[in-house]
Amino acid sequence: MSEKLFKYKLYVKNNKDVSFTPETLAKIQTIISHYPDGQHKSALIPILHIAQEELGGSLNVDIMDYVAGLLNITPIEVYEVATFYSQFYVDPVGKYVIEVCQTGPCAICGGEDIMNYLQEKLNIKVGETTGDKLFSLKAVECLGACGSAPVMQVNTEFHEFLDMQKIDEIIAKLRNESELKKPEELTWKERLS
Amino acid sequence: MERKIILENIEIEGIRSLQVYRENGGYKSIEKALKTMTPDEVVAEVKTSGLRGRGGAGFPTGMKWSFIDKKSNNPRYLVCNADESEPGTFKDRYLLEHIPHRLIEGMICSAYALGANMAYIYVRGEFKSIIGILNEALKECYKAGLLGKNILGSGYDLDLHVHTGAGAYICGEETALLESLEGKRGNPRLKPPFPAIKGLYGCPTVVNNVETLANIGWIVNNSGEEYAKIGIGRSTGTKLISACGNINHPGVYEIELGLPVEEFIYSDKYCGGVKGGKELKAVIPGGSSVPILPKNLILNTLAGEKRLMSYESLSEGGFITGSMLGSGGFIVYDEDACIVRNTYNFSRFYHHESCGQCSPCREGTSWLESVLHRIENGQGKMKDIDLLVSIASKIEGNTICPLGDAAAWPVAAAVRHFRSDFEFHVLHPEIVKNVKHGSLEKYLEIPVLTAE
Repeated sequence: MSEKLFKYKLYVKNNKDVSFTPETLAKIQTIISHYPDGQHKSALIPILHIAQEELGGSLNVDIMDYVAGLLNITPIEVYEVATFYSQFYVDPVGKYVIEVCQTGPCAICGGEDIMNYLQEKLNIKVGETTGDKLFSLKAVECLGACGSAPVMQVNTEFHEFLDMQKIDEIIAKLRNESELKKPEELTWKERLS
Repeated sequence: MERKIILENIEIEGIRSLQVYRENGGYKSIEKALKTMTPDEVVAEVKTSGLRGRGGAGFPTGMKWSFIDKKSNNPRYLVCNADESEPGTFKDRYLLEHIPHRLIEGMICSAYALGANMAYIYVRGEFKSIIGILNEALKECYKAGLLGKNILGSGYDLDLHVHTGAGAYICGEETALLESLEGKRGNPRLKPPFPAIKGLYGCPTVVNNVETLANIGWIVNNSGEEYAKIGIGRSTGTKLISACGNINHPGVYEIELGLPVEEFIYSDKYCGGVKGGKELKAVIPGGSSVPILPKNLILNTLAGEKRLMSYESLSEGGFITGSMLGSGGFIVYDEDACIVRNTYNFSRFYHHESCGQCSPCREGTSWLESVLHRIENGQGKMKDIDLLVSIASKIEGNTICPLGDAAAWPVAAAVRHFRSDFEFHVLHPEIVKNVKHGSLEKYLEIPVLTAE
């Protein structure tokens, strides 16, 4: 079957090696210790959060199988959880995931206009990622900040009382930020300057 | 009506830290409960206080606690439900962000009363910053000996941890929350057995809302009798109301139960009136799941009495002319709000959030969404309006958990009170197709009557 026809990429295994750093593994051990003996499966959702954060922004079969191995549970137990919760992405996403609230209170305060403006500005539709893999746009349900509607979340940061001008500023800031190199990527000359 | 219990001292700078919180009288209740009271005495105080669950259902907390299985040899658990995801509700977020120790204090007293040595706070995954705040607060408590082994030398042990969800509305239902806490999909369980008998890991468990637990410290300090004096009738105490929508001052307000709704909407101390000086059209008083009420029915009951912010007054008249206090998510709509579009929006939400376990909810929410989408986009027929009522009545009461009811009630109420809006959508498809916001009557060309 060609790649195009195969809709559920979730089940494609690339057999790439994935692994956490020793520090992360230690962090995971502390999380597991929060639950009673024999109930280590409870740690699944927090661990998937960490996996998604540290291993490229989204989950794939290799990562999920690795997590299943860590917790000594069957892979299907991980797949069913990863596909149930809306915060886990099984498709690749951009560096910044923009999630715009579309539910009632935000909608009456202009949430729909915000979404239309973002689609226009980034030139993508809801659910897509920009060509440079920088932004993914998602429509989500209530983010629990109705008092400061309209609201959107970029990765883990909330942006409240949005209007067109604020969005321009946020996008420009993120574009700038992404061009900066991380400290470990800088040469010693650049660090000194 | 200026009484503050939960938000007391909230304006003090640095109240988020343990030191400042203790300087202002925090954690006194723990010494009192752990050293001078037996667990049963704490439960008795909560029973006398008449405190009712603040998560939406309004079930008496003391009674819920007394159901816990005392004969079982299994460990007991206390779980705090901080999976606040009801559209229109953001009170727990405010509380956790500004004064997290209020919750931890209440949880220690509650866990002691229930005989639990392990407790969890289940926070929704979107609240990343709040998870950080809570973890910081817990660390301070462990350091100060307020958590862990032998708390303040009383011989009582308690471990308290934060557990993260991952964005599922259904996990606000207590049995779905427990499933999620066990690392599974959030599918609600059949009741009975209730969590008080078989909950987390099959052990006796109590699940309470953040706001409910935040009240316990005050009750232990000042006795249940004092608490019962606040409020009106069987609605005792204060309630956090999160007001949003078309109002001048959206935000979280602590009110004494029994405040008139009219005062809450128009007083400058609270909502400050409708934005832009417009007319009030409708209000959803308790989060998106409860029935919407038009202006005349939210300000006064059908009998002509003033409606008050309390469990009883808001539900007076049943679902025909009343609503519910619910979780306190107060959404206000002005004259330009389109009720059909808003109802479609909520139906889409419930369709998205249905876990898919029971067919009436899985299929019914999808039908509600597509029929409403049709009407909203000018392709509806008159019989579609009755179809909505029929679908809603077939979901209601036929599902394992209340999500089905929560999806059906707003639709049924919107059709009941705003049928003319729906009929307008069917009769004027060309206007509806082009205009997406606001009330549509103003786009009608009103025929001028000329006297002959």
